[in-house]
Amino acid sequence: MKYQWEWQVFLRDDGSGRTYLEWMASAWGWTLSVSACAWIVALVLGSLVGTLRTVPGKGWQRSGDAWVELFRNIPLLVQIFLWYHVVPALVPALKGLPAFVLVVFALGFFSSARIAEQVRAGIQSLPRGQRLAGQALGLTLAQTYRHVILPMAFRVVIPPLTSEAMNIIKNSSVAFAVSISELTLFAMQAQEETSRGIEIYLAVTTLYIASAFSVNRAMAWIEARMRVPGTIGGSR
Amino acid sequence: MNKTFVLVAALLGIAGIAAGASAQEPGGTLKKIKDSGRIVMGTRDSSAPLAYTLGGGRYTGYHVEMCERIIDAIRKQINTPALKIEYTLVTSQNRIPLVENGTVDIECGSTTNNVARQKQVAFGLTTYMTEVRMAVKANSGLTSINQLNGKSVVTTTGTTSVQHLRKHERATGIDFKEIYAKDHADAFLLLESGRADAFVMDDNILAGNIANSRNPKDFVITGEVLSVEPIAVMFRKDDPLFKKAVDDSLRAMMKSGELEKLYAKWFQSPIPPRGSNLNMPMGVTLKSLIANPNDRPMEDYAKK
Repeated sequence: MKYQWEWQVFLRDDGSGRTYLEWMASAWGWTLSVSACAWIVALVLGSLVGTLRTVPGKGWQRSGDAWVELFRNIPLLVQIFLWYHVVPALVPALKGLPAFVLVVFALGFFSSARIAEQVRAGIQSLPRGQRLAGQALGLTLAQTYRHVILPMAFRVVIPPLTSEAMNIIKNSSVAFAVSISELTLFAMQAQEETSRGIEIYLAVTTLYIASAFSVNRAMAWIEARMRVPGTIGGSR
Repeated sequence: MNKTFVLVAALLGIAGIAAGASAQEPGGTLKKIKDSGRIVMGTRDSSAPLAYTLGGGRYTGYHVEMCERIIDAIRKQINTPALKIEYTLVTSQNRIPLVENGTVDIECGSTTNNVARQKQVAFGLTTYMTEVRMAVKANSGLTSINQLNGKSVVTTTGTTSVQHLRKHERATGIDFKEIYAKDHADAFLLLESGRADAFVMDDNILAGNIANSRNPKDFVITGEVLSVEPIAVMFRKDDPLFKKAVDDSLRAMMKSGELEKLYAKWFQSPIPPRGSNLNMPMGVTLKSLIANPNDRPMEDYAKK
């Protein structure tokens, strides 16, 4: 029994005057927005916490540890539900926040724990002498990090950061559970309405692959531009 | 060139698997259950009182009990007294694919019979008529969907209510914020916690969730009827023997008054787990359907 393909399903009206193709495009926009905002949150917080874990001083290290362990040990979907249902109930100030912001926090904080670990690994892969030499030149600890250690550490960890950026796009699909109108929710609802599951899911899969792959290529371009020949990871 | 080739090959591979996957079992469902000695019944977890869970893997409800009696009749028909029923949970999203691919033999939940779904599956005689309305908090003062301008409305992903809301929004020009919950219990939680102002869904699901909530008196079902939908059990297409077996047993139940008693048991008496009474007398359409059963889809009712 041969499957009857029906790609014209995307041109069908979905009941509100727009085609399924337009709806899919809007859903793709939501996926990319959630991923982009979560990536910014994750990168900023993750770099901060990762750096804190390498700073001499038990207090800083312990708080970094606590952050990473908290957000790494809870599954992503559970974290999203916690942010969406539990946190607004416990913290009344957050009650009015739109679901989008809560999902960005959930996804961002989850990924920040992973980025923190990657940044920490990058920093610790540098020879110990780098920090000591920086301080011997008279730079403060903060200046040593800013001018000597972090520039090299970030260049070293660009490949794991690429994976993390691609992961954020894929993980954004769990946002459907809290009613963000992104690609996965579109796929489920459109499949139910049109009964054309295969076409819909193929199209959505292609969009996910395209998005993740573009991020991959963008990071590869950044890596090539930022390369410093002669340093760790610099020769190619 | 390499990466493009791999991408295209992967997509073709997926398409090839998909094309080969939809083979219908020769001999139909009756042969399948006779050979395997069991029938898989798909059911829901929070579509009270049609089909819901009592916890611990036990499912009950108007349609679940009705299906158990249908399966009893089928047992006698194919002479397999040891036929076991396997209950399995399905959701609004996966119920049709699971029936199509053979995982579930008969789905006894709250599935609307409409033309689009009839392209993929078959339905039994209509055994329940539901009206899509909205539930709100009693103290909100909302009585009509047209009062929802600027408010948030929650409904469940994968149901027909999503489409009805969309058509209504476009037809009346009202702008409300739609929230999609992943299942009925989640949607009701959003209404309860105040994140949504109204929950639009089939009236029996609204009534069932309200009855099972902590303070049923806080909620009320109001608003105009967005759609009238026939609900029936669902099974595989192109299987006339199985459909005849199901329809015959339903017809017998309707003639003998057994279905009416079953309706009264679930809609007008205390039901588990809290012993709450939904108090929903049988509507005129369902009464006429019991007198003259049919399996017409939703679109036929909308034309009237």
